[in-house]
Amino acid sequence: MELPDHFFRHETGRITATLSRVFGIQNIDLIEDATQDACSRAVEVWSVRGLPENPSGWLITAAKNRALDILRRERRLQSLSTDLGVSLNTEGLGLAQEDQLANLNAIADDQLRLMFSCGHPNLSEEAQVAIMLHYLCGFSIKEVAQAYLSALPAVDKRITRGKKTLAASGSLFDVTQKRDFLERLPVIHRALYLLFNQGYHGASQDSPVQPLLCREAIRLVTMLFENPFGQTTETFALAALMHLHVARLPGKLNLSGELTQLLDQDRSLWDQRHIQSGFALLRRASSGQSLSEYHIEALMAGVHASAKDFESTDWHKLVHLYNALQQLNDSPVVALNRAIAIAQSEGPGRGLEEIGRISDPKRLESYPFYWATLGELQSQLNRVLEAKESLARAFAIARNPAEQSHLQRKIDSLGV
Amino acid sequence: MSEFALVYRSGDVKLSPEELQAHLKDCMDWFDDLLSQGLIKDKGVPLGSAGSVVTGRQGAVHDGPFAEAKDVISGFTLVQVDSLHAAIEIAKTCPVTHVGGSVEVRPVQGCS
Repeated sequence: MELPDHFFRHETGRITATLSRVFGIQNIDLIEDATQDACSRAVEVWSVRGLPENPSGWLITAAKNRALDILRRERRLQSLSTDLGVSLNTEGLGLAQEDQLANLNAIADDQLRLMFSCGHPNLSEEAQVAIMLHYLCGFSIKEVAQAYLSALPAVDKRITRGKKTLAASGSLFDVTQKRDFLERLPVIHRALYLLFNQGYHGASQDSPVQPLLCREAIRLVTMLFENPFGQTTETFALAALMHLHVARLPGKLNLSGELTQLLDQDRSLWDQRHIQSGFALLRRASSGQSLSEYHIEALMAGVHASAKDFESTDWHKLVHLYNALQQLNDSPVVALNRAIAIAQSEGPGRGLEEIGRISDPKRLESYPFYWATLGELQSQLNRVLEAKESLARAFAIARNPAEQSHLQRKIDSLGV
Repeated sequence: MSEFALVYRSGDVKLSPEELQAHLKDCMDWFDDLLSQGLIKDKGVPLGSAGSVVTGRQGAVHDGPFAEAKDVISGFTLVQVDSLHAAIEIAKTCPVTHVGGSVEVRPVQGCS
């Protein structure tokens, strides 16, 4: 028998979630230590004895016992039992709770509880995502820092602050109260969306952690719609956009942004299973009245995913969707992408015209894709000198070697 | 042929779950490799981290584990090889040493 990929990462999330219910979220530090110890112990034991019959059960029992050991040593067990109104002062946690530990539904609820607790209103969006990655997805602080290309001390600080907020909140979020659940749900959507985007558009595209972030986001959003309260059209739309985007990751090139990527992509590499899941989710997302940003983005991803080649993309429909998106989110990046869609359906001249109309272009100037797009459209109009200058500006702020070499090839192909 | 004990100490480096999984695989592969070469006399047993230390005639009992986590023995293995040198060469390849731990190599003493 072999362990599935990412076994320890995912188990860490499950154990943390379950133990934070059993021992209380205020003991998150203790829980983290006990979980870590149990995993280290597992490696020592399993490498000699071989894998146990039920590795997950082994780990959670080991972590729970470790937590009890620590509490016993610190002589905090009695007061904690009183606080929590449960008897922890037995060998283990008693048979009934042992069963509960192994119950899959209970574990899923535990993880949702922790996920919603991470969406604490006192935390910034970055901190919410960071502690979700740390506690639910088993990323070490170093790995979170790698995923965000952030300095380790900054991420450490962010997670420590998140941890303190969680611990101070006193109790886990109650996911059984529908009203509270639905009220916090948009925050969770947003956090998962940001997590996914970091993987999909993240600046560090040659880093192996990026596809992992996308997969984690999908794993978490799936937990969300497996809960009856979580089954809103927004949740389905969010899940759909993740599947439809991630399907295209295998063929994705390194320069961010739709145009260049899609042109050069080998569509046969796209993952048809994700595309099918994406469309199935999109159908479930379409039952309601509301049209969220997630809906629009999912529909856009669907347009790309269903086009058999770049030329047969329904650009007209995309322009329509960008118009709708602009109503909800009037950002320069949305405007730029809309201009690209217009360039595709009505020609490069029209695209440049629309880019010229973007109200706040200053904010785009630090965005390599802005210059790359200008260069691309200018070169299509044979304005090679302008194109060269634009591409050079993109090159100067490219975020990684892959982007640089891509841009260099473009510049070379201009022949000036 | 002589026997040597390889005594493992895990050290205090904290590995991420993903690193632990890779480390587990390395350890299992390492054991399999030694087993297939017939170098292992006894795989030994892993030792739990809880426990107690008893000292003195009065039988004073202290809680384990012991002073520093990195000094705690996590297990041992008996290998059979020609020389101390050969045992040391095996210890050098032990994955425990790649992640901040140490391996102590000790000859097993016979009675004769």
